[in-house]
Amino acid sequence: MTQQATVLYDAPGPKARRRNAIITVVFGAIVIAALAYVIWILNDNGQFTSEKWSPFVTEGGTWTTWILPGLWGTLKAAAASIVLALIVGAVLGVGLLSEHRWVRGISGALVEIFRAIPVLILIYFAYYFFAEYAIVPSSQLAFAAVVFGLTFYNGSVIAEILRAGIASLPNGQSEAAKSIGMRKSQMMRMVLLPQAVTAMLPALVSQMVIALKDSALGYAIGYIEVVRSGIKTASYFGNYLPALVVTAIIMIIVNFALTSLANRLERRLREGRRAKSAATAAVDLAAVD
Amino acid sequence: MSELWDSMGPQLWPAFWVTIKLTIYSAIGALIWGTVLAAMKVSPVPVMRGFATVYVNIVRNTPLTLIVLFCSVGLYQNLGLALAAENSSFIQTNNFRLAVLAFILYTATFVCETLRSGINTVPVGQAEAARSIGMSFPQVLGLVVLPQAMRAVIAPMGSVLIALTKNTTIASIIGVAEASLLMKTELESHGSQILAIFAIIAVGFMIITLAEGALFGWASKRWVVRR
Repeated sequence: MTQQATVLYDAPGPKARRRNAIITVVFGAIVIAALAYVIWILNDNGQFTSEKWSPFVTEGGTWTTWILPGLWGTLKAAAASIVLALIVGAVLGVGLLSEHRWVRGISGALVEIFRAIPVLILIYFAYYFFAEYAIVPSSQLAFAAVVFGLTFYNGSVIAEILRAGIASLPNGQSEAAKSIGMRKSQMMRMVLLPQAVTAMLPALVSQMVIALKDSALGYAIGYIEVVRSGIKTASYFGNYLPALVVTAIIMIIVNFALTSLANRLERRLREGRRAKSAATAAVDLAAVD
Repeated sequence: MSELWDSMGPQLWPAFWVTIKLTIYSAIGALIWGTVLAAMKVSPVPVMRGFATVYVNIVRNTPLTLIVLFCSVGLYQNLGLALAAENSSFIQTNNFRLAVLAFILYTATFVCETLRSGINTVPVGQAEAARSIGMSFPQVLGLVVLPQAMRAVIAPMGSVLIALTKNTTIASIIGVAEASLLMKTELESHGSQILAIFAIIAVGFMIITLAEGALFGWASKRWVVRR
């Protein structure tokens, strides 16, 4: 690969190429040495023996009994909470843009509160609250608590994304809608929201990744998601490290696929129309945790 | 209510103090490691760029719960990596440090991405001028570009810090006695006052996160790069 000049450094001359080669070798050696050290320690601890890893290869039961139900639990909680969060987010987001000051105030306060409270606190609260007042059947308790926590956190973030998306639309859009006599609700529903939602699409997919990762918080209340199921396999076979590695690989693949989808969507949107600042602003907003 | 306050009140500050300590130590570590990662990601050496990219992509797509468990179950219980001296408070200290390690590894990826977007805001002419007077890459980055990039990303860094503060609750799954663990134990012993317990802990977190937001909002205005 020929090295291209960027803003930060010139195209390397002979001296710089030699220096880069030396750094490459030294840095590569450090990384390889660190890896070798880890592998050596792992081997010393007997982590590479076949009985540690074979449960994931030879025994289909590992997957059907633990891993796949766990993955299903993760996907179920993430999907349910994203759908509900879209509803909560739409309501709060429209509330943020309301012309009535008290509606704006209440929506703003709710968004700030749910964004300031850790999701795990919301989940603990929902879990004990639902249990105390028997709001959901006890078999669904953990699921309901996880979905509750994720819904309100993600809903408040989506509300903020939506507000930014609508605020970034050109004024002419709402002026044109008013000039042909649309009511406020019509203008929102038929003109502003459809445009904002398309611009928001990448941010929403990124939010999906966050919901997927956060659904692992269900671990704390014993919800059967992918991390908990990995630990369960591990306590059955006594292979904690391999189980964690396999779980991590599954989650990384799913999240990586979603992240690439978000990036592709964003690029297509940018090519399709004039660069929409809304999309990038929204992605920045969502990408924080 | 007063009975709840009698049991919860004295524990409140110690629990939140652990939350704050977790946040501060992790924030410092993450800032350093994240800056190193960002420097690698823009460096002229392809191997370093590759390493940083792979690291960031892997770690930021892994749930933090899994990373915390990995540090506790994997590094300590299975590989015997202890981060504290053998004494009476060994378990507490060790779990605390393992949690800090996990938060550093995870948060650094967001620091790296934020810094990189900050580097993009520095005008091309700055780096070109630095190169034209013969500065080397470490000088261009360390003396000219990074100081401006850091000042440009104070506000987004505040968001990263707030996310970190909220994420410290995950330390409760390996038994670090911070605010969310206090909430859990109180919920178990005072089942009838769920709303009150929730409100107390929630207000505690809101005080911390809103203060962080205000501080970073003020700092970003104070040190904005005027162009």
